[in-house]
Amino acid sequence: MKYGILIDITKCIGCYACEEACAERWNNPVTETHELSAIQNTAVEDHDGTYVPRLCMHCEKPTCASVCPVGAFQKTKLGPVIYDPSKCLGCRYCIQACPFDIPKYQWDKLNPKVTKCDMCYERIKKGEIPACVEACPAEARIFGTKEELIEEAKRRIDENPETYYPHIFGLKEAGGTSILYLSDRPLNKLGFKVKLPEVPLSHFTEQIMSKIPNYIFWGGTLLFGIWWITKRRDEVQRLQKKLKEMEENNKKENEE
Amino acid sequence: MKIKNLKLTFWGAVFWIIVVLGIYSTILRFTKGLGAATNLSDKFPWGLWIGFDVLCGVGLAAGGFVIAAAVYIFNLEEYKSILPSAILTAFLGYLLVIVALIYDLGKPWNIWHPIIMWNPESVMFEVAWCVMLYTTVLALEFSPMLFQKLRLEKPQKIIKSLTIPLVVAGVILSTLHQSSLGSLYLIVPEKLHPIWYSSNLPYLFFLSAVAVGPAMVTIESYLSSRAFRREIEIHILSRLAKVTAVALMVYFVLKVEDIVNYKLFPYIFSLRYESLMFWLEFAVGVIVPIALLTNSKIRKSKKGLFVAQLITVLGFILNRLNVSITGLESYTQAGYFPKWTEISVTLFIVALGFAAFRLIAKHLPVFPPEVEERKTITEGFEVISMREVFKEQI
Ligand code: SF4
Ligand code: SF4
Ligand code: SF4
Repeated sequence: MKYGILIDITKCIGCYACEEACAERWNNPVTETHELSAIQNTAVEDHDGTYVPRLCMHCEKPTCASVCPVGAFQKTKLGPVIYDPSKCLGCRYCIQACPFDIPKYQWDKLNPKVTKCDMCYERIKKGEIPACVEACPAEARIFGTKEELIEEAKRRIDENPETYYPHIFGLKEAGGTSILYLSDRPLNKLGFKVKLPEVPLSHFTEQIMSKIPNYIFWGGTLLFGIWWITKRRDEVQRLQKKLKEMEENNKKENEE
Repeated sequence: MKIKNLKLTFWGAVFWIIVVLGIYSTILRFTKGLGAATNLSDKFPWGLWIGFDVLCGVGLAAGGFVIAAAVYIFNLEEYKSILPSAILTAFLGYLLVIVALIYDLGKPWNIWHPIIMWNPESVMFEVAWCVMLYTTVLALEFSPMLFQKLRLEKPQKIIKSLTIPLVVAGVILSTLHQSSLGSLYLIVPEKLHPIWYSSNLPYLFFLSAVAVGPAMVTIESYLSSRAFRREIEIHILSRLAKVTAVALMVYFVLKVEDIVNYKLFPYIFSLRYESLMFWLEFAVGVIVPIALLTNSKIRKSKKGLFVAQLITVLGFILNRLNVSITGLESYTQAGYFPKWTEISVTLFIVALGFAAFRLIAKHLPVFPPEVEERKTITEGFEVISMREVFKEQI
């Protein structure tokens, strides 16, 4: 069973209840900035009066998990992408690579962690729903299995074609995500990226990474081969030189 | 004589200023954290330490594997005399990269984690392993110099018998991680500016490393010939310059192919910051070096060769900084300029490298023994012409 969250931007009233619930869940202070940061794992952005809740997209094939050298990120069976700070070495490749610019870093700490939403993994495991979803008075965030959410999103678009832009964001973007968005206009007008590919981004490194074992084998063989040939050539040349010298010496001796 | 002394004290003073500032920045970094010591942010998680210390550091140390391959795999004996110093430069280079990583990683005490926590899908994982293994290979390749000094015959023999497998491993590991530093950026197609993003990134990184390796060896030979007052191996270095030139030509073709395939004309011919930086990098790092290094007159003059190769290195550094910093600025809509403490740490690390090289080169047989033996002992430093050394063999 894979869970997710459906965010309906047309319903969000910008009350910031989710931000507060999330801050409480992480023991973070409540801020006035409404921007994702190391102390804020969800943020309601104000785009000229349209409120856009942001949080980790919980990608189906997460870029953060693909790039992390020590596998500190993990896509769980339940859907959330979780982070294990005890593995992390702080290289920050995840921050560099995430196509949604989600992970943040505790720059001021001496033992810094990467921070991001974990879809309230502990609560989901216990059968509860994420804190922000529970707190939302407008049902702008709803929690459920991904199939249910897709059904629901389709139903909403079908029933109110004039309210919705007919696209479920997150079905295909970056290989699909567990967080889905509905909106009245394309999401790239609301601060989302325009150029997201439909394949997971790990696709771009897989191509080259998969060549490595082959390269090691053939490269090694080739190098040993070249070494053997050049060494032999050298030896042969040396021998030939010697032979010639001997011949010449013989000739000289004969002449004498 | 007076001028010489003054010069020495000037560089000595620079060195000590760098060390003092470096120690201050080090303390700041490890007591107040990355936030206080750097201008890094969530928008710019990688800065000077990754862009210069790591990306450039690894590339500039490529001389080690290029020369080792030339000597042992391709059996080009004449390069043998510069091999020890190339190996030493590479070995120190990698050690310094690791030092830089200790500054840059948020949790440096976990730096060894990739050994037991695996994620083979990650380019960073591969780089981590290659750098670890290759540093070990370099340590082993360097060790005979130490054994020779300590007159330990046995270990010297063991290492000698392992030479070929070690060199082969070194070449493979280097090829892998030099190119992988470029692959790191394959996963950000929407972030990296189109001028620099290309599926050829790994090949471009590898080629420029092959080009800059010999360039660094040349610079290092030139500088140490002055510092240690020895004759420079100009005939070898001028042949090495051809390696640089050829690698840069292939680079040139690949990059032009990119420009055509990715339809980059509108980007490179617009009057934007990125296009200017690109032309600067391309001119300084590729076009000018090719023009200079294919000129045999320049290749045969010590100064000319030194300047040409210095330009190659500068262009290389520009390229790495462009990929890691300039190329990301328009996406993040934020600028990044290193804080002075970041710069001071970088200078500190470079200065440590210079000092270590000097120290080791003074005490270990880094430079060809033929030259050393012929030194008149009473004089301490005596210039011995390489021609004299080679007269005997001819
Ligand atoms: S949105 Fe970013 S941080 Fe979240 S799962 Fe996807 S790649 Fe990872
Ligand atoms: S910062 Fe930590 S979690 Fe992120 S990629 Fe590096 S090791 Fe993995
Ligand atoms: S799911 Fe939990 S962690 Fe994520 S934004 Fe909501 S409250 Fe915060």
